[in-house]
Amino acid sequence: MILDSKIPDGPLAEKWTKHKFSVKLVNPANKRKYDVIVVGTGLAGASAAASLAELGYNVKAFCFQDSPRRAHSIAAQGGINAAKNYQNDGDSIFRLFYDTIKGGDYRAREANVHRLAEVSVSIIDQCVAQGVPFAREYGGLLANRSFGGAQVSRTFYARGQTGQQLLLGAYSALSRQVANGKVKLYPRTEMMDVVIVDGKARGIITRNLITGAIESHSAHAVLLCTGGYGNVFFLSTNAMGSNVTAAWRAHKKGAFMANPCFTQIHPTCIPVSGDHQSKLTLMSESLRNDGRVWVPATKETAEKLRKGQIKASDIKEEDRDYFLERKYPSFGNLVPRDVASRNAKYVCDEGRGVNETGEAVFLDFRDAIIRDGKNVISAKYGNLFDMYQQITGEDPYQVPMMIYPAVHYTMGGLWVDYNLMTTVPGLYALGEANFSDHGANRLGASALMQGLADGYFVIPYTVGDYLAQTPSTKIGTDHPEFKKAEKEVKDRVQKLLSIKGEKTVDHFHKRLGKIMWNYCGMARTEEGLKEAKKMIQELKAEFWSNVKVLGENEELNQSLEKAHRVADFIELGELMVDDALNRNESCGGHFREEYQTPEGEALRDDANYAYVAAWQYVGEGQEEVLHKEPLVFENVKLTQRSYK
Amino acid sequence: MSWVSKTLNSTLGRKLLMALTGLFLILFLVVHLAGNLQLLIPDGGESFNIYAETMAKNPLIRVVSIGNFAFILIHVVYSIMLSRYNKAARPIGFAESKANTNSAWASRNMGILGTLILIFLLVHLRGFWYEFKFGEIPTAVYEGVTYKNVYLIVAEAYSNPLYVLFYVVSMGFLAFHLSHGFASAFQTLGLNHAKYSPLIQKVGIGFSILIPALFALIPIMMFLQA
Amino acid sequence: MNLTLKIWRQRNNADKGGFKEYKVTEVSKDMSFLEMLDVLNESLTEKGEDPVHFDHDCREGICGMCSLYINGKPHGPLQTTTCQLHMRSFNDGETITIEPWRAKAFPVMKDLVVDRSAFDRIIQAGGYISVNTGGVPDANEIPIPKTVADKAMDAAQCIGCGACVAACKNASAMLFTSAKISQLALLPQGQVERKTRAEKMVAQMDAEGFGACTNTGACEAECPKGISITNIARMNREYFTAVVSSENL
Repeated sequence: MILDSKIPDGPLAEKWTKHKFSVKLVNPANKRKYDVIVVGTGLAGASAAASLAELGYNVKAFCFQDSPRRAHSIAAQGGINAAKNYQNDGDSIFRLFYDTIKGGDYRAREANVHRLAEVSVSIIDQCVAQGVPFAREYGGLLANRSFGGAQVSRTFYARGQTGQQLLLGAYSALSRQVANGKVKLYPRTEMMDVVIVDGKARGIITRNLITGAIESHSAHAVLLCTGGYGNVFFLSTNAMGSNVTAAWRAHKKGAFMANPCFTQIHPTCIPVSGDHQSKLTLMSESLRNDGRVWVPATKETAEKLRKGQIKASDIKEEDRDYFLERKYPSFGNLVPRDVASRNAKYVCDEGRGVNETGEAVFLDFRDAIIRDGKNVISAKYGNLFDMYQQITGEDPYQVPMMIYPAVHYTMGGLWVDYNLMTTVPGLYALGEANFSDHGANRLGASALMQGLADGYFVIPYTVGDYLAQTPSTKIGTDHPEFKKAEKEVKDRVQKLLSIKGEKTVDHFHKRLGKIMWNYCGMARTEEGLKEAKKMIQELKAEFWSNVKVLGENEELNQSLEKAHRVADFIELGELMVDDALNRNESCGGHFREEYQTPEGEALRDDANYAYVAAWQYVGEGQEEVLHKEPLVFENVKLTQRSYK
Repeated sequence: MSWVSKTLNSTLGRKLLMALTGLFLILFLVVHLAGNLQLLIPDGGESFNIYAETMAKNPLIRVVSIGNFAFILIHVVYSIMLSRYNKAARPIGFAESKANTNSAWASRNMGILGTLILIFLLVHLRGFWYEFKFGEIPTAVYEGVTYKNVYLIVAEAYSNPLYVLFYVVSMGFLAFHLSHGFASAFQTLGLNHAKYSPLIQKVGIGFSILIPALFALIPIMMFLQA
Repeated sequence: MNLTLKIWRQRNNADKGGFKEYKVTEVSKDMSFLEMLDVLNESLTEKGEDPVHFDHDCREGICGMCSLYINGKPHGPLQTTTCQLHMRSFNDGETITIEPWRAKAFPVMKDLVVDRSAFDRIIQAGGYISVNTGGVPDANEIPIPKTVADKAMDAAQCIGCGACVAACKNASAMLFTSAKISQLALLPQGQVERKTRAEKMVAQMDAEGFGACTNTGACEAECPKGISITNIARMNREYFTAVVSSENL
């Protein structure tokens, strides 16, 4: 099978405009004859569901949370990028496009990224019209800030809760359509499978999380807006419920998974405090603007510190190693996320880490407080300092903060073409669930942009193109394919419940997380990945013979919910390892230790790996088949990133 | 349902009636107190008796007093309705509650305080208003005009220490009721503003202490003078 | 730390339910409250007992999914969400009582899980600005004074957790409803539907069976996002103005 990305011809800047004109339209009177299923109600899902309902399609929206407003988009803090150039500082659509491509280490499609930059401006207009209270200047116009090392101020924000406000905006648009009767909402409902009829996605199977009822839903198109799979690492900044199940079931039904090994590790998270840890909390990247990252210069000092024999303040200036400032004199503490994360790992691996676990580095505000005064620092970071204190019980004004990298975002996801359609006709993937726009590394404040771009401004055109070519005839849920899929789901439920093994679901999830973090995390090696693959296969076998899921299907059963998700994470984990093993280069969030420059920086191999790795599921127990979509760069010159 | 009844049946509409009638009753307290303080004038009740008779004969005051009764009735009826409604909103309560850490006691017990005040009110009306209107009351003659000598009734009542105690304690309930009710009425009316609300709060507290204290002072003084 | 947990267990909505006591040992002070419950659930599962069901998702204080009435207070002793509460707020040997949100409008689904879809229906009644995707003016076309935008943001921060309802002696949802009415009433974009919105959202709030407001201020004191009851006053104003002047009969 040859992957057809369906990128329109013509100059980069005209592709989307041209495409919008060339897509087929569904007659306004006919739109009501089409049903669209939207799974997930985060930024991508809620915006898509609302926009499609506004156009007149009948939408069914599903989420596993108790309300669409809880989707994990809500936790995004920093902001949303848009090439508005309100600040007159030289921003443009092309610059946002260029920054995103470069930031992604040249592993994203030019056409998709340019479209993203184009529609970014409309997103802000839309959100303001919905009543999103973005930060404003005294003159009443919108405020911007520079984010994640960008050289222009293009980030719009609503305090430290931009994701929340954007999601509530999309949720309000969705709620309006629910009231209008154009969207039927299914909260506390988990998608269990995609139903494919005559090669096209025609519906889904769901489980009602309250009653356990396994139900079928038929439609003309299915949109997966189900977010990322960072929880494959067990510990991540994702919400506890974030999972890969919907995407993975789609994958097993024929949708290719692209670049699954591309995960983003965020450097400034609160370190793990013990075995009980259930999730990690991110603190805004902005802390690195004033905080200095260091560890003790020697192992011995670090050891004393870990044992509590000395305090951080006892360590003299000359015994501290400000390793980022030392290695990257021009960028210092502001090196990109992947570089900062990797170097923190290195010093901890050397035995110089702090915290009782040895897996943390200091982020010290002492000098900043001396320089600017406590008030200035408090005005900038007060809420973050409070949050840190609430979680750790330590006062960062008095003692240095401790941070450690954590999994934050997954750039990989379902392979989609320019229309956001997966390799299964009628099955679409939007937002973090797809792979399309961030390449091997995502820039700060771009996730929100992509989710809303896909939902508000891309899918309404592209899904119409597909539906216009699809007969409006409905397929009943009594169709054999639905019945078959339903039975598969029920069998799987029964299987999980009947194992009655010894170990809890979380036990397996934690073990999987450890394998992934140690071998497929910040730094990967061929040897380690091969080892990991074996371990995951063993874990999978053990899971299916020894997992303990109590209770029954016909009730609210959180263990059963988790068991489904973890079973899928285990399979995904193996594919991530395969993907990381295949990619014999280092790029963005993917760092293979064998492929680095003499200075220890990521070494890309554009000649051999400038492609999207799209994996095809071919059957239980079989190796997945790799398909390559070559990446063609006509508008940017590929360069090596350097932050020295 | 017309928009009026719809509104008055909504939770906000009911609260609106509570607030408006409450504020009127607050005003009434001031007027009532101003009159009653004349009991303390050492003229053997002359000013008070003349005042009472004048008030009773003034047609405007008669209308207002009917309104007053109506407002008390609305205040009471709606409070019962709201209490029942609110109770129904939480059929199963919490086993443990630390409500004292998040709100003032009086604010959570307006219904109880209101009931106690209502009991006081009934006793009070029976003792004085009813007597004044329908009872056999001795008379007094000032400058050739005959007046009902209400003062005598009051003075008699206040010579009983239990009666005085009942009055004083009841004024305590009133104080607590007002300590929440005064500012709360403004909040319900939507009158909450950073510039004025602190003042309303302060005035409310001052009012809730001063007015009941002065009311309580009358029986105490009269008891001591007797 | 060793603790005794007194937890409300209820199999489903129809079940009567009751408290059950559990001992947890070796609780670390650095654990979050929910992690402590995770540990309990692991041990219950190992013993073959049904784990305690509770709602949670982001565990960073923003999704609003976690609830729990802990020792007589919504979200426990601090003014934060349960997921941000850590065990250092408790003492060794303490008995901790954990109950679900209690309100007619929030029926218990299982153990500590309640149905808060009433909040969604209140938003569906009018908690939005009716603009379709596309065709909106430029974001900077209407300047909004910073103070107004900030106030709207103060109200918009509501996470919809329902602590206000749990804190209120009347199980009233006025803080939640007023936060959305306020946000949209403050912004110029919200003016067009301002009156209808207030009328409809209040009507829906009542229809859901939430109680009335006694202005005790408990909701504000317990709100993890510090939403102010000035919003309730604003809602009252909006509503009274709307009913006497709107075109809706």
